[in-house]
Amino acid sequence: MPKRTDLHRILIIGSGPIVIGQAAEFDYSGTQATKALREEGYEVILVNSNPATIMTDPEMADRTYIEPVTPEYVEKVIAAERPDALLPTMGGQTALNIALALYDTGVLDKYGVQLIGANARAIRVAEDRQEFAAAMARIGLSVAQGGFAHNWDEAHALLESTGYPAIIRPSFTLGGSGGGVAYNREEYETIVRRGLDESPTSQVLIERSLLGWKEFELEVMRDCADNVVIVCTIENLDPMGVHTGDSITVAPAMTLTDREYQTMRDAACAIIREIGVEAGGCNIQFTVSPVTGDMLVIEMNPRVSRSSALASKATGFPIARIGAKLAVGMTLDEIPNDITKTTPASFEPVLDYVVVKCPRFAFEKFPAADPRLTTQMKSVGESMAIGRTFKEALQKGLRALETGRAGWEIGSRLIDDRLEDATLETLRGMLRQPTPERIFQVKRAMQLGMSDAELFETSAIDPWFLAQMRELLEAEVAYAALTDVTPAHLRGMKRMGFSDRQLGRLRNETEFDVRGRRHALGIRPSYKMVDTCAGEFPSETPYLYSSYDEESEAPRSGRKSVIILGSGPNRIGQGVEFDYCCVRAAIALREQGYETIMINSNPETVSTDFDVSDKLYFEPLTLEDVLEIVEREQPMGVIVQLGGQTPLKLTRGLEAAGVKILGTSPDAIDVAEDRRRFDAIARSIGIQQPENGTATSVGEAVRIADRIGYPVLVRPSYVLGGRAMQVVYDDVSLRDYFETAARVSEERPVLIDRFLEDAFEADVDAISDGVMVVIGGVMQHIEDAGIHSGDSACVLPPVRIPAEYQDVMRAHTVALAKALGVVGLINVQYAIRDGEVYVLEVNPRASRTIPFVSKAIGVPLASVAARVMCGETLAEIGFTEEIVPPFFSVKEAVFPFKKFREFDPILGPEMRSTGEVMGISESFGLAFAKAQLAAENALPRSGAIFVTVNDRDKASVAPIVKRFHAMGFRIIATSGTAAFLAGQGIPAEKVFKVHEGRPHALDLIVNREVVLLINTPMGKHAQRDDYTIRQAAIANRVAYTTTLSAASAACDAIEALATSQRVDVRPLQDWHAMLAAGRALPA
Amino acid sequence: MTGSVTPLSLETVPGVLLLEDGSTFAGLINADAVPTVAEVVFTTNMTGYQEVFTDPSYGGQIVVMTAPQIGNYGVNTEDPESSRVQISGLVVREMSRTYSNWRATGDLPSWLAAARVPTLQEVDTRRLTRHLRSAGVMLGVVSVGIVPSDAARALLAAAPRMEGADLATTAATQTMYVYGAQNMAHHIVAVDFGIKENMLRLFSEEGCKVTVVPATTTAEQILAEKPDGVFLSNGPGDPAAISYAPAMIRGVAAAGTPIFGICLGHQLIGLTFGGSTTKMPFGHRGGNQPVKELATGKVLITAQNHGFSVEGDATAVTGAAELQVTHVNLNDGSIEGLRHRTLPIFSVQYHPEAAPGPHDARPVFHDFMATLRARG
Repeated sequence: MPKRTDLHRILIIGSGPIVIGQAAEFDYSGTQATKALREEGYEVILVNSNPATIMTDPEMADRTYIEPVTPEYVEKVIAAERPDALLPTMGGQTALNIALALYDTGVLDKYGVQLIGANARAIRVAEDRQEFAAAMARIGLSVAQGGFAHNWDEAHALLESTGYPAIIRPSFTLGGSGGGVAYNREEYETIVRRGLDESPTSQVLIERSLLGWKEFELEVMRDCADNVVIVCTIENLDPMGVHTGDSITVAPAMTLTDREYQTMRDAACAIIREIGVEAGGCNIQFTVSPVTGDMLVIEMNPRVSRSSALASKATGFPIARIGAKLAVGMTLDEIPNDITKTTPASFEPVLDYVVVKCPRFAFEKFPAADPRLTTQMKSVGESMAIGRTFKEALQKGLRALETGRAGWEIGSRLIDDRLEDATLETLRGMLRQPTPERIFQVKRAMQLGMSDAELFETSAIDPWFLAQMRELLEAEVAYAALTDVTPAHLRGMKRMGFSDRQLGRLRNETEFDVRGRRHALGIRPSYKMVDTCAGEFPSETPYLYSSYDEESEAPRSGRKSVIILGSGPNRIGQGVEFDYCCVRAAIALREQGYETIMINSNPETVSTDFDVSDKLYFEPLTLEDVLEIVEREQPMGVIVQLGGQTPLKLTRGLEAAGVKILGTSPDAIDVAEDRRRFDAIARSIGIQQPENGTATSVGEAVRIADRIGYPVLVRPSYVLGGRAMQVVYDDVSLRDYFETAARVSEERPVLIDRFLEDAFEADVDAISDGVMVVIGGVMQHIEDAGIHSGDSACVLPPVRIPAEYQDVMRAHTVALAKALGVVGLINVQYAIRDGEVYVLEVNPRASRTIPFVSKAIGVPLASVAARVMCGETLAEIGFTEEIVPPFFSVKEAVFPFKKFREFDPILGPEMRSTGEVMGISESFGLAFAKAQLAAENALPRSGAIFVTVNDRDKASVAPIVKRFHAMGFRIIATSGTAAFLAGQGIPAEKVFKVHEGRPHALDLIVNREVVLLINTPMGKHAQRDDYTIRQAAIANRVAYTTTLSAASAACDAIEALATSQRVDVRPLQDWHAMLAAGRALPA
Repeated sequence: MTGSVTPLSLETVPGVLLLEDGSTFAGLINADAVPTVAEVVFTTNMTGYQEVFTDPSYGGQIVVMTAPQIGNYGVNTEDPESSRVQISGLVVREMSRTYSNWRATGDLPSWLAAARVPTLQEVDTRRLTRHLRSAGVMLGVVSVGIVPSDAARALLAAAPRMEGADLATTAATQTMYVYGAQNMAHHIVAVDFGIKENMLRLFSEEGCKVTVVPATTTAEQILAEKPDGVFLSNGPGDPAAISYAPAMIRGVAAAGTPIFGICLGHQLIGLTFGGSTTKMPFGHRGGNQPVKELATGKVLITAQNHGFSVEGDATAVTGAAELQVTHVNLNDGSIEGLRHRTLPIFSVQYHPEAAPGPHDARPVFHDFMATLRARG
């Protein structure tokens, strides 16, 4: 069927900021959908608050609204744009929920907007457990029976669906203590009550026993002619009980016979039909008993997902792109297979390789968080690797995680594998409760002689996977014991995915020794294509992976090429922003006629979409893997400064191997990190830095701190995201810091700076072609000094930094860029205190703020940077002057505190945010208000404000509270703060502190009797109270600020909201037109 | 499964596949494998290796699996598609040393070794597949050795080509037998050219007693069984070489008995009514072939396994005006289904019974049953 001609304008809702469970995959799907629909001639309107996305670049959609992704704002966009249809399936659960809300409230009807891709009924049936179970029963399928209970009555009700025996699992208890199997009512009541008692969250999961069942996912697509295809099967290595996002997963399914697979396939076809996804894709999860083969349906998501992004990358079948075309009425046989170009999309991809996805966690950032993996997703990113066997792909996937493991390697210390001792007893206990380190614990257990049978019994990992891992271990042991390594031995090990580094460690050699020998023997990887059809048809698209096989495909084109190194798995501190920069570079250089070659290992991203660059290598970003590709492609050079720390860390190794680094020289990157060399440069151009020193030992650190005076800011060199960065107030804490930070710093020294309390901070992004330097933007941080720039809200242009200081920062930035010989991007962080501008940090590379600044000023800085790196001048490109917008752009960070309830949401020098949002308006207040709303911290317009601040902040908080009071807010405070405020003439109601009696502060928050919490940390003694209050604010969705500067900004925002008639939405294209108009005026 | 023969050794030594065009592919092979010549074909099935290896249509072929890891779920007694391993040899990237599945009764390497099927493993099967795709399928010989031995070369040189080879007559049963219960609502005679077990299972599920007869059975003998319908099975080799079949088909057709053909059976129907068959460059073998039903526009994902096809396109069968094209392959436009314009005869090139493969096309069996029922 041809595409629909009754639709012209289609609205796509993005997923908003990156949060755990909803990440870059929705930039990938949204970007694909937008491109696909525009290709078919539709106008696309986009709403997404996340500036760090490719989809929100102004040339992607026709109208791009960087506005809060809330029903209220999406309605404003609908009112302004009057789209014919809404495609709700590309922006994760966020988009589905908003679409459903707009449907339920009649907004869609009111404006005549149709839901396409998935209708309201399908969304609802898939979401509602009961309706879903009923739907499955109608088609003869079973669902897992059971649920969570918080009290005896709920537990009793659940029994009806589970029956006996029932498994009772208390949440968050060690080693499953308090749980058990109940065979009768008496046992059931005993175990449930005990479980509720022992669970810190008073919650037990009651279900028919599925622990240890195998878990599978199918990606399914259906068109409006009722044609259904299965795009991919995924098998989880971690069995039931671990969220699929936190599992190591494998595609295609490895352990299903055809009979079992076809049963699952039939079920999947029936499910997509029964749920009623009329034109689009869905993800369906199944579980299979390893003993009886019984199959149950776990859930289905009628939208694209993280799994569909993985499936798209794993098969070469672009699910979101095809899904968008199906949504407008096209059928699968009308859409070409973009990889082969000669066959249609109405087929099922076949794989002649194995794909392994490994999750990446950030527990090192949240030490108090429970690292056990459960049904709630906790990973922040993932790597994907392709090999010809599971063994090879697993090793590549693990080294692609960039967590210091060169493959399937145990940690150098027991604690690295989350073990307290090396006994089998401890391992048995740990294997039963999945953590991120379980895969390595399996290896330790094998080394200690545990059998596969026992490993299966404890971990429930399928014996086939265990056997594959044991083969790796056996090969390792044999290789280490060889007296003479023959070429066949070496080749055999490479075929199993062992990295040069792993092989070196096995025989006390360096990675370089192994590589030298390997190259001398001509043992090199071959590169094979991901072609959707296992070689049955010729393929046009060079989407490649390495393996140690005979034949390589997609040889060098002979064109002038540039390799762009991506940023690897998402992690806190290195996320979608850097992928954005890499994609911009690929697009820009492609336009300039270069052959662009992308290397990356992250399946969620736009950069690993096979049509973004001319060639895509889906490979780990390690020196070995990158060097092999460079050797094969012989590019003009390699771009390392756009992908964050991942490529930067490879720079020295690449340079040493004679690889040309494009743009800023590796030496200049080194200068910026090397304190002594940098000091010399700073002095020579007259730039102030906080007093500082570099320590390689505790003793040295203490001496430096004594010299410059506490508080000091300490951090290891060469880190991103403020990893292990801390403000330290005394000797004891400093010594303590060295104990814990030694691990991340390795041989790198620790940098110690005088910490400038109460300073303003600012960030400047600039670009240089080696001769001319142009400022991209000056951003004022909303939060005070000491809070990581990635976690601080910021505003461009600054609102409270006097022009003269801004000019000093501009001049410093230009001078630094010239002194360092920057060709490309540079980011400088400043602090301003007592009339003095200090340089805190210089990074001659793309910063996290590049996408935000690019959107604020209407210039794609990363594109310009890529061109500059390839030799164009800024004058040739036409970017020669700073653009200071006549409107305000505010960036706000988004945190995973809701996921990690155990963690105190206080900000510090170590970055903890997972994503960001942007608010744009002509007034700072409104821009800030929008950003807060987008970050799910909606500011109140009236009500009671609860103020509890430390003594140091009391004087400064008074004027802010006064303003709130003037706007009609009631003020509530604890006794000390209330007394102080009364002294300032501000009436405040007193409330008990938690330990003083009831009703106390916590009650107010839990009952939502206050609308805003202003709380600054009280110091060590009162920490417990403080922490409970902040946690309660998050849990009960009460807006909160933990710094006075943010409280002041919130006050500005609420004032602006109160005085504006209504808050307008405006597309980025219009804001940029405003800038263009401004620029057209003669200077 | 093969009784008293000595199994091949599971120990592996360097081995090699030599193709007719002189190209070689190295790997590891059973230490005591004897040189084995056969047509080398690849299949893209990702699951169902045991079904493939027991499918008579793969009889006399060396099968290359594009899926890289084979043997993961072992073997069982329920999945074979015939009573023995049919393939002559196997080429894989990696053979799994261990297996895991709740239905498994043993491991694949031992099962193949017991049937004396040599397995060449650790081969760059993608290179081999790409080679067959561009050069076309051809004969090959697998043997022990880093390079092909003279004996292997000689064997290959002397081997007959697949074109013109009647492999079906021998693949089929040599005696008549009845599958399923006697007292069924319908009676079908299945002419066996190398029939897959699952076809019989499905007919049985549809309420049919199935009388399976040898390939060479005549129309008179078939009609003497008084069938409600006649089924022409799949099978190996060149359809044009089965010279006796068209006369049988014409005889049955003349009696007005409904005829349904799958794969080789489909090709024979094409030949009977004036069409011709041609050897395809590399055939269709796998479980993901998109087939369009022309009447409805619906796309079926089908299982296929054939190296010959009926000539023509979506509009007509070349030389057979009585036949109407009902299905085409969306990848290459080849004919996938036929219907006689006036007689109750129809056929499909793909395998609606699957095993291995998706079940999308199963309703074809219902269609045939509906035809039978309509005739009372």
